[in-house]
Amino acid sequence: MEMNDKNGIARDLGVELCGVKLKNPVIPASGCFGYGYTMSEWYDINILGSISFKGTTLHPRFGNPLPRVAECTSGMINSVGLQNPGIDKVISEELPLMRRDFSGPIMANISGFAIEEYTECCKRITGESQVEWIELNVSCPNVHGGGMSFGTSCDSVAEVVGAVKKVTTLPVIVKLTPNVTDIVSIAKSAEDAGADGICLINTMLGMRIDLKTRKPVVANIMGGFSGQAVFPVALRMVWQVSHACSIPVVGCGGVSTAEDVLEMMMAGATAVEVGTANLIDPLACKRIIESLPDAMARYNIKSLKELKDL
Amino acid sequence: MHRNSDTRYTIIDNSWIGNNTKMMILEGPTDEFTSPGQFVNIAVPGFTLRRPISVCDIDGDTMTLVYDVIGHGTEALAELKAGDKLDILPALGRGFDMSKCGDRPLLLGGGVGCPPIYSLAKNLIEAGVLPTVVLGFNSEERMIMIEQFENLDIPFYVATLDGSYGTKGYVTDVIANEGLNPDFFYACGPLPMLKALCAQLDIPGQLSLEARMACGFGVCMCCSLETKSGAKRICKDGPVFDKEDLIWK
Repeated sequence: MEMNDKNGIARDLGVELCGVKLKNPVIPASGCFGYGYTMSEWYDINILGSISFKGTTLHPRFGNPLPRVAECTSGMINSVGLQNPGIDKVISEELPLMRRDFSGPIMANISGFAIEEYTECCKRITGESQVEWIELNVSCPNVHGGGMSFGTSCDSVAEVVGAVKKVTTLPVIVKLTPNVTDIVSIAKSAEDAGADGICLINTMLGMRIDLKTRKPVVANIMGGFSGQAVFPVALRMVWQVSHACSIPVVGCGGVSTAEDVLEMMMAGATAVEVGTANLIDPLACKRIIESLPDAMARYNIKSLKELKDL
Repeated sequence: MHRNSDTRYTIIDNSWIGNNTKMMILEGPTDEFTSPGQFVNIAVPGFTLRRPISVCDIDGDTMTLVYDVIGHGTEALAELKAGDKLDILPALGRGFDMSKCGDRPLLLGGGVGCPPIYSLAKNLIEAGVLPTVVLGFNSEERMIMIEQFENLDIPFYVATLDGSYGTKGYVTDVIANEGLNPDFFYACGPLPMLKALCAQLDIPGQLSLEARMACGFGVCMCCSLETKSGAKRICKDGPVFDKEDLIWK
């Protein structure tokens, strides 16, 4: 979609992700936007390119004990623990509300603790209107694999991607954890197994200790570190993976300004997710999208698609 | 249709009202507040996460907040001066439901849980209801807002844990000693106080809970609570919950 900059010159914000057109590359990241409709209290969310909905599992989950959040310099730690009402309630109760307020393409973020949980969820979400991609969260522990995260070994990533690709016609975007020694080999393994795209990064494992109580701040001891502080790490991984793989990359991690979006796209991202920024400023995505045309003008960018050809 | 996106407030005053407690008066939009017990989420310069603070009073376009200085975030808030600006998300959460108050509502506040009780008492009086208020503190030196509550001219009691002022003990001791006979109660304070009240009072009530939050507007799931009617968000479905909905472990 074209938007005018402050001098009235049209800037093309449109991008295409796995064959699906987005009016702009800005997508609220999973877990930072619920199922969309709660955020429509703040602004018309139809301005967004897409929405990645709250990580959904086969069974309902309450998640981890409280406290689930800790302040960090230029970031935060969360240990929500994939709280969600389960795929069936998401389809029957959350998606209708999401579609009431948002008419664009929806990214279904799916998590699991066993291969069969991923495949069952993906089967059930496939065919739901407006759901255009599956975003496979492979950062959860594999209960049949000694609790190690699916996303930390090439073999288990390939296994879950291969299994999911057999049960869905939707493009599968694999959201990778940065907590690995070699992100490129994991991404290539996902690509070889049939992934249609890669999203990175999920949160980095971190922790904080309360000096007064001498105990970890979050009840789960460790949690996912996110926010502006992780942006350079995310950008580096987007660069590495987009130069090593031929499938599109969705950049995610610490993005909070239009300039961050441009930088992610110059690193090779096709679209860009915004996470923690939404929690600090509920209007973050709206402000980013509205300031993109002027940011593009400042750096002489006529169309965001042209950045992909760097 | 959408929430007001002008979230800039100007500090009118930011003064100590107790040993460890400050009162901040701010000027800015207040039209979105619908009930006492709602809270605001303040962007503290230099910190990532906003700090949620319940509202003590609304008067025209001024808003009064009372906060304990307990960590780096509130220490930074305490440094701010009249004229400084703050980015604040107002009118968050579901406050006290005044329509449930019955004929003889009892209002209970503990420590820094007293400020929203002040707002509730004031609103009930304006609605023609006569509430009774009981406040609890650790000691006389930790007491706050006594004069403001006294000026409401309603039945009013104070308990201190060390007996340095009022009844020695807890708010529950005041209820027993004074033979208070409410038909509904509202409470805001530490969890052990809320739990004791639910065990003592065989009447319906509403309780305001707190939790560490990230967003404060219902999307991050950092402040979830298991209730008899399923998982709830303290920031969005609360902070005020019906006694009947709470599960005490």
